[in-house]
Amino acid sequence: MQFWGYKRSEGRAGIRNHVLILPTCVCGSETARIVASQVKGAVNIVFNTGCSDVQANTDMSQKVLTGFACNPNVFGVVIIGLGCETVGHKPLREKMRKMTSKPVVSFGIQEEGGTLKTIEKAVRAAREMAADAALQQKELFDISNLLLGIECGGSDATSGLASNPAVGELSDLLVDIGASTIMSESIEWIGGEHVLAKRAATPEIHNQIIQVCKNYEEHLKAAGQDCRAGQPTPGNKAGGLSTLDEKSLGCIRKGGTRPIVEVLEQAERPTKTGAIVMDTAGFDISSVTSMVAGGCNAVIFTTGRGTPTGNAIAPVLKVTANSRTYKMMEDNMDVDLSAIITGEKTYKQMGRELLDVIHDVCNGKLTKAEAYGFSDIAVNHVCRFV
Amino acid sequence: MKINALMIDEIDNVVTCVEEVSKGSDVFYRKGDEILSLKAEENIPYCHKIALKDFAKGDEVIKYGEMLGKTLEPISKGHWVYDKNIYSVPRDYDSEMIDLTGGKR
Repeated sequence: MQFWGYKRSEGRAGIRNHVLILPTCVCGSETARIVASQVKGAVNIVFNTGCSDVQANTDMSQKVLTGFACNPNVFGVVIIGLGCETVGHKPLREKMRKMTSKPVVSFGIQEEGGTLKTIEKAVRAAREMAADAALQQKELFDISNLLLGIECGGSDATSGLASNPAVGELSDLLVDIGASTIMSESIEWIGGEHVLAKRAATPEIHNQIIQVCKNYEEHLKAAGQDCRAGQPTPGNKAGGLSTLDEKSLGCIRKGGTRPIVEVLEQAERPTKTGAIVMDTAGFDISSVTSMVAGGCNAVIFTTGRGTPTGNAIAPVLKVTANSRTYKMMEDNMDVDLSAIITGEKTYKQMGRELLDVIHDVCNGKLTKAEAYGFSDIAVNHVCRFV
Repeated sequence: MKINALMIDEIDNVVTCVEEVSKGSDVFYRKGDEILSLKAEENIPYCHKIALKDFAKGDEVIKYGEMLGKTLEPISKGHWVYDKNIYSVPRDYDSEMIDLTGGKR
């Protein structure tokens, strides 16, 4: 299987050709939004951190920002800084230039003399970049260039029964033809981690999977918190998921059955090909943020209760097996998988159908959240703000 | 008869109702090639679980062939199994680790 994508000088092919307007910190977010609104082909990120932070959080923010810049769906980057944030636009720009050869330019609001002057310069730079991006022709790439993120959010009992197994089947089909997938949300492995760990390609990976769950619980315990207090969410419980274990046993099915070849930290780029897992929060927006920073081209997102979420860099395709949710939220749902629940189709059949849908998304078909221009992100925090 | 509940693994002791089930009506589910049924002793909401057996307090609730949690109180066959009458059991991660020098620890 092949798809039409954009060649990047390093790493995998892009399935989009975005000019990314990226703030260094929360204070640059509004200016970035206005710049992106002026230029066709530009997208912006609303960043909620980057200032008054401990080192571990700064490291995480930098990992996400540089990861976004390196994502193969991005043609070039216009950075909007303020001037007094933890890592300013110039050091961030230089860091990105060491990681990627794509165009990266940057401006600082304090240096330029306010937002209007910054917007003027940044719009000019973004316009030129978008003009160049528009000239880039698509080329045919083997599907092995694809890195698909797998996410679930607003789960109910249909997620574990139908949509997650169907997406698991999709993952198996993709891995079998040479592509890679990432399943994240390690807190939602807890209670099913022993089942997930059976898929480990090596005994070391088996233990890494168990250790990730142990560490997650201990991290929360150290702060006097219990993961079982927040999970399942009230919506999950109303949807028939009674314990974290029940949620997890359904969640892990979306990763399929192929051997797990690598366990990544959040926002980390894979070094292996095949079925990969990433240690992220169960909070869906934060998890998608981490996977896109890790280089995912697209994200398939299963839901039971329904969600509008989208990401500026990677298309998010939302699927549900809850027929009521599909009917109620058809403007936000991309694929109806309820035929699995009614018994009209098997999850394997629908997994195969999803392969065609993902293939279309790779070739440029807009997901609903993408057409609306949605740009949700959340950067996970290691420690509290200071 | 139309199936209105799903069993995932044959050792499961609950099934998930994929339609709202009202008290006194029958729940049909497939187990292998057979279609089995039981009577709902209370209303079961859409997507929620119904007990296939009489549970004592502290019994394991099984779905996906795995333990979801244990019961907080006795639950009789045909009753609703949900977040108020079962709880999650803490994991014993160390026992799940493979001894990399060989054999399970």
